[in-house]
Amino acid sequence: MKLSSFWLWAAVIALLGAALTIFDIVPVNAFVYFAGYVVLQYVVLATAWNIMGGYMGYVNFGTAGFFAVGAYTSVVLYNLFKAPLLLMIPVSGIVCGLLGLAMGYLTLRLRGVFFAIATLALAIVLETLVINWDYVGGATGAYILRDREIAPFGDYIEFLFFTMLLLAIFAVGVARWIERSKAGRGIAAIRDDEEAAECAGVPTLKLKLVATTVSGFLMGVAGAPFVLYVGFVEPSSAFNLVYAVNSIAMPMIGGATTWVGPLIGALLLGTVQQVATVTISSELNLLIVGVLLVFFVIAAPEGIVGLVRKWRRSGDDG
Amino acid sequence: MTDDGAARGVLLDARAVTKRFGGFTALDEVSLGVRTGERFGMIGPNGSGKTTMINCISGTLANDGGEIFFKGGKLDGRKPHERTRLGIARSFQIPKPFRSMTVLENLVIPLEYATHTGPAEISERGMSILETIGLADRAGENSGKLTQIDMRKLELARAMATEPELLISDEAMAGLSSSEVDDILEILFRLNGEGITIIMIEHIMRAVMRFSERIVVLDAGRKIAEGAPDDIVNDPEVERAYLGE
Repeated sequence: MKLSSFWLWAAVIALLGAALTIFDIVPVNAFVYFAGYVVLQYVVLATAWNIMGGYMGYVNFGTAGFFAVGAYTSVVLYNLFKAPLLLMIPVSGIVCGLLGLAMGYLTLRLRGVFFAIATLALAIVLETLVINWDYVGGATGAYILRDREIAPFGDYIEFLFFTMLLLAIFAVGVARWIERSKAGRGIAAIRDDEEAAECAGVPTLKLKLVATTVSGFLMGVAGAPFVLYVGFVEPSSAFNLVYAVNSIAMPMIGGATTWVGPLIGALLLGTVQQVATVTISSELNLLIVGVLLVFFVIAAPEGIVGLVRKWRRSGDDG
Repeated sequence: MTDDGAARGVLLDARAVTKRFGGFTALDEVSLGVRTGERFGMIGPNGSGKTTMINCISGTLANDGGEIFFKGGKLDGRKPHERTRLGIARSFQIPKPFRSMTVLENLVIPLEYATHTGPAEISERGMSILETIGLADRAGENSGKLTQIDMRKLELARAMATEPELLISDEAMAGLSSSEVDDILEILFRLNGEGITIIMIEHIMRAVMRFSERIVVLDAGRKIAEGAPDDIVNDPEVERAYLGE
């Protein structure tokens, strides 16, 4: 895909989103926006995770921590001066970007499973801090009363949906840009062999910190509107492990080495989960993730993108 | 250029380099000087500290004592990628290709990060290095699926892509057949002919004796001998290190 055609598609999708939410060209049940918001939120989270986990090979189990810090940054801003969402998003992003940078400094000496455990521990530490911080509601949680309607969207959920759609486009665009840049090639070299990368002239520490910062920023951005979406946030929902599990599973299922993978994985798995929640039970979601993950790890370790590539290649040969 | 070594044509000057791992002294005040354009051999029994010395020179380990100068400038405290950009390249004993990339893409990384090659010339430059090393027909192949000999060649090609003045070849021939050893030797001779200083670490005596103008021998972290290949083979200290009393 050429650069222009990617952004052309992005513009078309954004315009479609605007047409639906602002101009209501076709009537859409509000539930579709509620469900669609969650799917798009996972596009952002999975894409963010993939910058570290897929491109660089550092598995972050702390996605929920970043997501929740993004959400709670919004709570703080709201408590301080009833900040609007459009301010919450960049501030949450910056806070989580700095958190990512700090995590990078503290943990990037660790590799493999030790790094993963450290990120999980970070999320638990952050959750404990929030539980004991009364200003943001502590263990009981915090309310934000959002407006019922907002111009020119009408129902507030349409505004949230459209915002998350733009954030998803932004996140995928950033990931795609990194992937094709010199930095992205250096990060891929780190994943393949860190020592060899360093000896080939790649400033590995610097690139690792860039990756953790960008990844953290995007996770924070995804968490910023969460409080407005649910109206009420408490530590156990914001720090829910399901965010961490999903944002690992989605790139794995889609294919972790390209920007397309987490996008496909999140759209697919996210939609299946939303449908299952309505038609069967929300308890089933983790089971679906587990089964799909086991299936893909065994049958298609390079995800859907890898499968498609393999088919294409065998098509070329034959 | 604070050091007078550069004036004498000394490219790499390691002085009393010491490295300890806990209570174990892997390198005990090892000094060596490599002249510009020289073919320099480093031998010693397993565990004598050869690779540790290479790691201290290339910066993947920090030496606990002593100093290392390159082109008269001090290396200590510099990160490995900075040393690569200064002109020190190494190949790894166990090949470490970037497995998700093709052979040519493996060279793009050092060309982009360690040299001033413009984006337009990168693949052309990469191909010409592969040509020199004899890997040109493998350029588009997945680097993880190469044969042993081709992986060794890729190690050398990737080191060459950093445009080094000093190339450190860490057992590039271990486990290769006799004709493959000749193949690698020929490549190293050719690179040296182009003006690159080479340090060869090797267990294959036939190769290292033929290649080196000067050899140092390490044993248990100490330098026990230094000189021309002929002097080294007749050195009683070296004989004792290899064969025992």
